[in-house]
Amino acid sequence: MNIRNPKDFWSGVLFASIGFAFAIIVKVYDYPMGTASRMGAGYFPFLLGNILGVMGLVILAKAWVSDGGPVSKFAWRPLIWVLSAFVIFGLTAKWLGLVIAIVLLVMISSYGGHEFRWKEALISSAILAVGSVAVFVYGLKLPFPIWPEFLG
Amino acid sequence: MEQLLANLQLGFGVALTLNNLWYCLIGCFLGTLIGVLPGIGPVATIAMLLPATFALPPESSLIMLAGIYYGAQYGGSTTAILINIPGESSSVVTALDGYQMARQGRAGPALATAALGSFFAGTVSTFLLAAAAPPLAQLAFKFGPAEYFSLMTLGLIAAVVLAHGSVIKAIAMILLGLLLGLVGTDVNSGMARFSFGIPELSDGIGFVAVAMGVFGLAEIIKNLEQVEGEREVFLNKVTHLWPTKQDFKDATPAVLRGTALGSLLGILPGGGAVLASFAAYTLEKKIAKDPSRFGKGDIRGVAAPESANNAAAQTSFIPLLTLGIPPNPVMALMVGAMIIQGIQPGPQVMAERPQLFWGMIASMWVGNLMLVILNLPLIGMWIKLLTVPYRLLYPAILVFCAIGVYSLSNSPFDVVITAGFGFLGYLFVKLECEPAPLLLGFILGPMMEENLRRAMLLSRGDASTFVTRPLSAFLLAVAAILLIVIALPAIRKKREEAFVED
Repeated sequence: MNIRNPKDFWSGVLFASIGFAFAIIVKVYDYPMGTASRMGAGYFPFLLGNILGVMGLVILAKAWVSDGGPVSKFAWRPLIWVLSAFVIFGLTAKWLGLVIAIVLLVMISSYGGHEFRWKEALISSAILAVGSVAVFVYGLKLPFPIWPEFLG
Repeated sequence: MEQLLANLQLGFGVALTLNNLWYCLIGCFLGTLIGVLPGIGPVATIAMLLPATFALPPESSLIMLAGIYYGAQYGGSTTAILINIPGESSSVVTALDGYQMARQGRAGPALATAALGSFFAGTVSTFLLAAAAPPLAQLAFKFGPAEYFSLMTLGLIAAVVLAHGSVIKAIAMILLGLLLGLVGTDVNSGMARFSFGIPELSDGIGFVAVAMGVFGLAEIIKNLEQVEGEREVFLNKVTHLWPTKQDFKDATPAVLRGTALGSLLGILPGGGAVLASFAAYTLEKKIAKDPSRFGKGDIRGVAAPESANNAAAQTSFIPLLTLGIPPNPVMALMVGAMIIQGIQPGPQVMAERPQLFWGMIASMWVGNLMLVILNLPLIGMWIKLLTVPYRLLYPAILVFCAIGVYSLSNSPFDVVITAGFGFLGYLFVKLECEPAPLLLGFILGPMMEENLRRAMLLSRGDASTFVTRPLSAFLLAVAAILLIVIALPAIRKKREEAFVED
C-alpha cells in the first residue's frame, strides 16, 4: 500500500527518532533511573522519550490511512542563506567586530531573497551597522567590539 | 473591594513612576514596530524583543514585556486591516471585515474602532484580573505537587484541544518540548543531562534561542518562500480616523459582547487571543439580523474580535500570575522572562512581591492607554513602514535578532543554537506541526518533572496518588474528557470548521 499522507510520514519519522534517541541516550550514558518514589535523573526523560517514540510510530502508521497532500518544496535558498548568515554573525561578532559582522549578516541574508541588489544591500547594511553601533554599543553599552580585534 | 482599591493603588504607584512609564512606552512602541511588520505575530515579536528587557530590574522588565505584547497585538491588527496580511492567527478574523473597510476607504474608522474597542476591553479585563487574582491564588496554595502535576497536564491537553491542527501531532510536539526542556543540569541530583560534555548546554537550552528560532527565523524563511507581490496598501485613504455616529451605535454592543466572551475564554488554558477572536466573530455573525453584511466591511466584524482578543490577552495572565502556569505560548515567554529575572511564577509572587505583582497589573491598563495615545496619531508612520519592501526589512530584523541572542551570553553558542531551531521550526512548518505546544512543553518540562518527583516521593512511589486526591483526580478527569470529546468524529468536524472562517 502506498503512503497517503507524506506529512504524517515524515513527522512520525522525526518524532520517533528524536523520542527514542532521548531514551537511548539515557541508557547509553547510564543516567540513574532510581525508583518510582525516588526518581533518578534518567527516569522522567526515559519515560517521555519512549512515549514520544511510540507516538511517532502511531503518526507514522497514520500515514497509510489518512489523507494529506505532499510536503511542499523546501525553499532551500532562503533557508541556507538566512541561517548561515545568522551563524556567521555569531562566529565573527567578537573577532571581526560588530560593523563587519553586521555587513556580512545583511549581505549574506539579502542574497537569500528573491531579488538581490548589490547597491541596495550595501547601503542598508551600512545604515544598520551605524545604527546598531550607536544604539547597542554606545546607547545600551553592550560589550561588542566595533572593529576587528587585530586592528585595535 | 477596599482591598482591591488598595492593591490597585499600590500597583499604580509602581506603574506610574517615570521610569516604568518610559519602559511601558518603549515596549508598546517596539512591540507595535515589529508587530506591524507583515507575517510577524506577537510570539515572534516578543521572542525577538526579549533580550532587550533582560538588563532591566524585574518590575520594569516585565512591564516593558507586557507593553511589547499589547503593541505586538495591535500592530498585528493594523497589518490585517491595511494589507490583509494577518500577523498571526488572532487577527485573521479582523482581516475579514477590516480589510474590506479599508478598501471602501474606511481604514481610519476600522483602526480607531480596533484601538478603542481594545482599550475598553483592556480596562474591563484588567479590573477582572485584579479582582480574580487574590482568591485564585488562595486556592492555589491548597495545591500539592500531585495537583500541580495534574493541572499542568490539563493545561497542556487543553492547549492542544483548543488549538487548530492535528491533535496527535500537537501532543507529540508537547512531549518534544518537555524533553528539550529537560536538557541541562538535573536540579535534584546535579547531574548534567543530554549535554554531551558541552559546558554551555549544562545550563539547558536557552528558551530565547528556542522561541526566536522556531518562531522568528522560521517565520522569516517561510515568508521568503512567497514571491513578494504588489501589496495594496491603502496609504492615501486613511484620511479621517473618527468613526461615525452610526459606527459607534453598531460597534458598541459588539465591543461589549466581545469583551465578555474574550475575558472568559482568556482564562481557559490554551484559549487566549486566537480562540477569543474567532469565537467573538462567530457570535456576532450568529446574532446579527443581517449576517450577509459580514465579510463585506461590517464594523462589528472588527469591533468584536479586536475587543475579544485584547480582553483574552489580559485575562490569560490570570492562570499565569496565580498558578504559575502559562496558558498559551505568549505567557510561556513571560514565564521564561520571569525565571530569568529570578522570579518563580506562582501564587507566592503576589504575597512576596506585591510591588511587582500589582505594578504589572496596573501597567497593563497603562499600556492599553498608551496604545491608544501612541497608535492613533502614529498611524501614518506605521503605514509608511508597511510600504518598505520585505527584502529590506528582513535583514534588519535578522540583525536585531542576532545582536539580541548574541548578547545573552556573549558567545556564538546561543546564535548557533538559534539557527538550529530555525531549521527545526521550518521543518515543522513544512510538516504542518504547530510550534506553540512545543514552547509550552519546553517551559513546563522542568516544573512537571519536579512536581512528579515530589508527588511520587510523598506517595512512596504509588502513582494512584494522582487519582485518589480529589482535586488532582478532578483535573485529570477534565483532561481525559477533553481528549475523549475531541476524538469523537462529530466534534472533531465542528472543531475543524471553527478554525476555518471564510
